[in-house]
Amino acid sequence: MSGRRIFARPARLGAIAPYLWMLLFFLVPFGFVLKISLSQTAIAQPPYLPVFDLTQGAAAFKTALTALSLDNFRLLVSDNLYVFSYLRSLVVAVVATAILLVIGYPIAYGIARLPPRWQPIAMMLVIVPFWTSFLIRIYAWINILQHDGLLNQMLLSLHLVSVPVVWLSSDSAMYLGIVYSYLPFMILPLFATLAKMEPALEEAASDLGAPPLKVFWLITFPLSLPGVAAGVLLCFIPIVGEFVIPDLLAGSNSLMIGQTLWLEFFTNKDWPVASAAAIVLLLLLVAPLVVYDRLQRAQLEGAR
Amino acid sequence: MNGPRGLSPFNVASLALGLAFLYLPIVILMIYSFNASRLVTVWGGWSLRWYQEFFQDRAMIEAGWMSLRVGATSATIATLLGTLAAVALSRGEGFKGRTLFSGMLYAPLVMPEVITGLSLLLLFVAVNAERGFWTVTIAHTTLTMCFVAVVVQSRLTSLDRSLEEAAMDLGCSPARAFLAVTLPLIAPAIAAGWMLAFTLSLDDLVIASFTTGPGSATLPIRIYSEVRLGVKPEINAICTLVIALISMVIVVASLATKLSGAQRETAAPL
Repeated sequence: MSGRRIFARPARLGAIAPYLWMLLFFLVPFGFVLKISLSQTAIAQPPYLPVFDLTQGAAAFKTALTALSLDNFRLLVSDNLYVFSYLRSLVVAVVATAILLVIGYPIAYGIARLPPRWQPIAMMLVIVPFWTSFLIRIYAWINILQHDGLLNQMLLSLHLVSVPVVWLSSDSAMYLGIVYSYLPFMILPLFATLAKMEPALEEAASDLGAPPLKVFWLITFPLSLPGVAAGVLLCFIPIVGEFVIPDLLAGSNSLMIGQTLWLEFFTNKDWPVASAAAIVLLLLLVAPLVVYDRLQRAQLEGAR
Repeated sequence: MNGPRGLSPFNVASLALGLAFLYLPIVILMIYSFNASRLVTVWGGWSLRWYQEFFQDRAMIEAGWMSLRVGATSATIATLLGTLAAVALSRGEGFKGRTLFSGMLYAPLVMPEVITGLSLLLLFVAVNAERGFWTVTIAHTTLTMCFVAVVVQSRLTSLDRSLEEAAMDLGCSPARAFLAVTLPLIAPAIAAGWMLAFTLSLDDLVIASFTTGPGSATLPIRIYSEVRLGVKPEINAICTLVIALISMVIVVASLATKLSGAQRETAAPL
């Protein structure tokens, strides 16, 4: 027992470097986002008016405090563009996560049913595409979906359609891209819980006469709920802020919030509004982030 | 003890369809990178034409070199910091600010990249840092060290602690016990963490776009600006090269893991 204690001290000392790093490069930057979201847009470099300068002392700090403005946030709630962006992001994330669950569950279940020595190989096969670039995988779909791409050629030669179908720049292409990119994130946690499940429970239920679907609903699915929750959060949170996939695959008439933020920042050079948009996006995600943090902690630190 | 569980036809079908869905687009992309014809509609025979074009594209080569340097540097720093963080979380017992620490490490895993990128850029602008190689490297380190921490921590959690305790009972100092017992056991997870960090850095578009400066574009930034203009066979070739590079890293690392004799205890890949 005493060994543990002695070990703990150097381990804690080792935390200092990563702790400081994350404070400096993860937490402190949010302070800057908050600060700039409260300042005014200016045509300058950098394109915002300084809100306060600590070197000028307390009096200057006071006057600066009164100059803080919530204008950027007022703009966000009053302008339909932003409200629609947020709503669209949430709708897309909900729909895409639901599709991911429906597609990912049978695959994870299938892998969990494989003989144990095949399971790591199957999981490896699911994970390898995740290692290859996000951008490349989206680009691969553009190759297939474009006007004279493979899909249209196939449909034309099978005489299923008479003119090429427009696949790109549509919501269906975007959903396809999202589902394709996030599928491993859904399968991984689902498989982890399904593989740990005691098969005797399912067997007992079917021995007692339950039909397969009933076994699934009464035994398998309820027991896999922790995996479902982890998979859903692991997909939902990043999809809300997704930029690349809607930008390359969806049409340009309705934007997700990640795209709006990008546009404000890079095209309109309106850093304060982009910062305010980021703060609101973060607020939307606080609840799912807290739940995710709990789950992650329980999973990684439960064995302590 | 589990025995072979029954695979229903439904299980087999969902597995086969799922894997086909995951791999077909990538395979098609790779095949078309060897297409001699400029048009996707026409198969003009096998050719290395688009690879030659890539190797003559100075801007693209420079971006690729930049990405490799950023990836290797940030992955190395991230592996160091992430491993320290994982050891602290799984062996440090309770310490002040532990909740904040683990929260800061888990949040970036799911945090939308636009938020991480924007906030880091605002920091760099506020301190007047010159944007380029180092700002992108710092940004990538911040993101990827969290992935390293999770991979290493899950390995440490599943590790039998009585081994460390035995070493110390036999007279090892804590540092010695860590170096002689713990470190070799978590080495495969650390290697996997480095690979993950490297490929994530090589892959990232959004955070790099925010934190880079003029004249130092990474490969994804270049590819993205080309892709926005439409499909170009040269991009197929570059993507195939990137996939080949990443597969090589995976193969080499898993061979190294096997040689180290610890393959049975490899941590979960994520």
